Amino acid sequence: MKLDNKVPPGELAEKWVKYKSTMNLVAPNNKRRIEIIVVGTGLAGASAAATLGELGYKVKCFTFHDSPRRAHSIAAQGGINAAKNYQNDGDSVYRLFYDTIKGGDYRSREANVHRLAEASTDIIDQCVAQGVPFAREYGGLLANRSFGGVQVSRTFYARGQTGQQLLIGAYQSLARQIAKGTVTMYNRHEMLDLVKVDGKARGIIARNLLTGELERHAAHCVVLATGGYGNVYYLSTNAMGSNVSAAWRAVRRGALMANPCMCQIHPTCIPVSGDYQSKLTLMSESLRNDGRVWVPKSVEDAKAIQEGRKTGLDIAEDDRDYYLERRYPAFGNLVPRDVASRAAKVACDEGKGVSPTGLAVFLDFTSAIQRYGQQEANSQGISANAAKITELGTAVIEKKYGNLFQMYEKITGENPYVMPMKIYPAIHYVMGGLWVDYNLETNVPGLFALGEANFSDHGANRLGASALMQGLADGYFVIPYTIGQFLSGEIRTPEISNETAEFMEAEEATRNRLQSLLDIKGNQSVESFHKRLGKIIWEYCGMSRNAEGLKKARGLVRDLKKEFYSDLFIPGTMNEFNPELEKAARVADFMELGELMTLDALERNESCGGHFREEFTTPEGEAKRDDDRYAFVSAWEWDDDNPVLHKEELIFENVELKTRSYK
Amino acid sequence: MKLTLKIWREGGVYANGKLETYQVEASEHMSFLEMLDVLNQQLIEEKKDPVAFDHDCREGICGSCSMVIDGRPHGPQTGTTTCQLHMRHYKNGDTIVVEPYRAKAFPVIKDLVVDRSAFDRVIQSGGYISVNTGQAPDGNAIPIEGDTAAKSFDAATCIGCGACVAACPNGSAMLFTSAKVSHLGLLPQGKVEHERRSQKMVAQMDKEGFGMCSNVGACEAECPKEISLENIARMNRSYIGSVFSSE
Repeated sequence: MKLDNKVPPGELAEKWVKYKSTMNLVAPNNKRRIEIIVVGTGLAGASAAATLGELGYKVKCFTFHDSPRRAHSIAAQGGINAAKNYQNDGDSVYRLFYDTIKGGDYRSREANVHRLAEASTDIIDQCVAQGVPFAREYGGLLANRSFGGVQVSRTFYARGQTGQQLLIGAYQSLARQIAKGTVTMYNRHEMLDLVKVDGKARGIIARNLLTGELERHAAHCVVLATGGYGNVYYLSTNAMGSNVSAAWRAVRRGALMANPCMCQIHPTCIPVSGDYQSKLTLMSESLRNDGRVWVPKSVEDAKAIQEGRKTGLDIAEDDRDYYLERRYPAFGNLVPRDVASRAAKVACDEGKGVSPTGLAVFLDFTSAIQRYGQQEANSQGISANAAKITELGTAVIEKKYGNLFQMYEKITGENPYVMPMKIYPAIHYVMGGLWVDYNLETNVPGLFALGEANFSDHGANRLGASALMQGLADGYFVIPYTIGQFLSGEIRTPEISNETAEFMEAEEATRNRLQSLLDIKGNQSVESFHKRLGKIIWEYCGMSRNAEGLKKARGLVRDLKKEFYSDLFIPGTMNEFNPELEKAARVADFMELGELMTLDALERNESCGGHFREEFTTPEGEAKRDDDRYAFVSAWEWDDDNPVLHKEELIFENVELKTRSYK
Repeated sequence: MKLTLKIWREGGVYANGKLETYQVEASEHMSFLEMLDVLNQQLIEEKKDPVAFDHDCREGICGSCSMVIDGRPHGPQTGTTTCQLHMRHYKNGDTIVVEPYRAKAFPVIKDLVVDRSAFDRVIQSGGYISVNTGQAPDGNAIPIEGDTAAKSFDAATCIGCGACVAACPNGSAMLFTSAKVSHLGLLPQGKVEHERRSQKMVAQMDKEGFGMCSNVGACEAECPKEISLENIARMNRSYIGSVFSSE
């Protein structure tokens, strides 16, 4: 299969501008009768559905949640990048483009990333106009902060709940279109299959989660904005419901899955405390602006902390190893996520972990509290004693990160203003996803993928505050244009019927699939299988991987899948509200995806970004890319036994491929 | 710790509902929902119907969880959603009563799951700023004074969980609705539609069957995001003002 990425010709900075003004349009009279299905209501889905509705298309929008506002974009904390250069610190569209390409370890498509950087500035304007309450300076203008992997301040934020505020903005725009009738909203509906007619995506099979009924929905095209698959690891920072099923069903209907092994491990999460744990909680990367990461220099001290004989406060300054500052003096605590995560693993593997499990490092705010306290005292013109300085500094930290500190204390029962936080890496985001071309269209004509559900912009590692940017860029400023390239060829296509053989076949197949899960009537719960799958993938296809482990993992996953299909127990029936059945269908898809991840990781004989192969490292233990052999996107065609690898070569015309260095 | 749970079961074999008693063994580090996971795992092993409850992000921001614990929406801890309530606040031998939100506008779907789509319709009636994609001026074109921005933000922290309605003896949605009216109306971008927005949202709120506000204040006390009653006063002012304006 030849993968045509459809990147338009011309200079990088002019590609999108020119393409936009020359692409095919759909006239308003045709838009009114062309139907579009949007699945998912996170930042990408809600912004796409709202904007397509504004343009006059007939949109049907689906979410498995009880309300579009609950999509997991809501939980993003830190911020959203934009090349506004409001801080006059040398930022530009090109620099954001460059940082993103470099941060992604040169495994993303230049043209897509440049377009993302171009759209970034419009996003901020749009969100401000919608009433998103971004942080502001005293003069009333928008504030910025820094994030990992960059040396400018370009991150816009709304306290520690940027995702919530941006999503509410998109949700409200969507609500406005629902009220106008341009968008029909289907809450508590889950997509369970993609329907193709004559090779084109023409609809979906959705299950009404309240009644259990299967429904056939037809449209001229289908847009998937269904998020990432981080929950394949069971424990992740994703919400409990986040899943791969919509995308995986598309894969089973012929769409290609790109770079499935590229997963992002976020360095600052609250460590795992026990087996009952259902999810992990992120502590925003923004904390690394002010927090310093360290472990004790000696294994003895670490052991004392692990056994509860000492706390972080008992370790003298000279006995602490601020390992990020030591190893990466140029970026210090603000190195990109993959680098910070691996460094934490190295420290813990050396026995220097600081929790009872030995899997945690400190994130310490003492220096920041002292620094801010002194600044406050100076600006208030008081000569303060140590206690007063701490009090003033604590107040500053509280203003910046109060809700995060509060959340930390609720979960752990420890006060992070006094005791250094304990953090450990956890799965947070996936760079892999459905393969899409420049139009965000998959290899299945009429099937589009947006946001985290596609692979296109972050390569092998995503920089902080770029997920929100991509979701909104795709939904507000890319798909409304590029979808016209497909739909302009469909203006003579009458309304798509949902009564054709293709729809009937897909509905029947879905019904049989669910029924066969219910019919297993074994003894083990869905949750117990999911936990076991997660452990395999985390151990062998997590922070570091090797060929032997990956081969073993594939076998383990296939065995587990067999056991799943012979010993699963789901209570209840298909024709009712049945959350266990919903979970079972999702875990079944995670099993196949998990297997594909191990294959993809095994195939990629290099280390890049979040994909760290132990066999391919520099003498200092840093990731070693192999640009001659692996500067391509892996795009997998699924097969139950022998998935087929297709490659899209990555061509870099504007940036020089370098070893990523944050030293 | 050993706990006794009395949980409201409704739908299916439980028809119109009853409290069922369960025993569960929990650890102090678990969240309340993880404790319910343990119970459900137990029920599934016994081939029984697990307790249905809405949940998703489990970090206090999506607003999915919707249960009343010992008579209080989201349980005993102030400013905390159920998913962020941890078992270290309970002790061995405790009995905990768990019920769904109860309000006319939030019908029970099953067990602890309720239908909160009325909130979506209240937002659809006017809880937005009418701006199409691409129409926006530069983000820094309108400076917004710090205090105003902060007040707007405080109102915007609402997660739409509905605890305010569940807490209110009248089942009123005034705190939810007024938080949205305040969030948007305090900002210069949202001022233009402020009065019209108040009118339409209040009308929709009434239509959905939410009760009247009689200034009990339970909504503020139980709100996991600690949204202030001031918002209700602000909405009342703009609503009354709009009645006398020419529109």
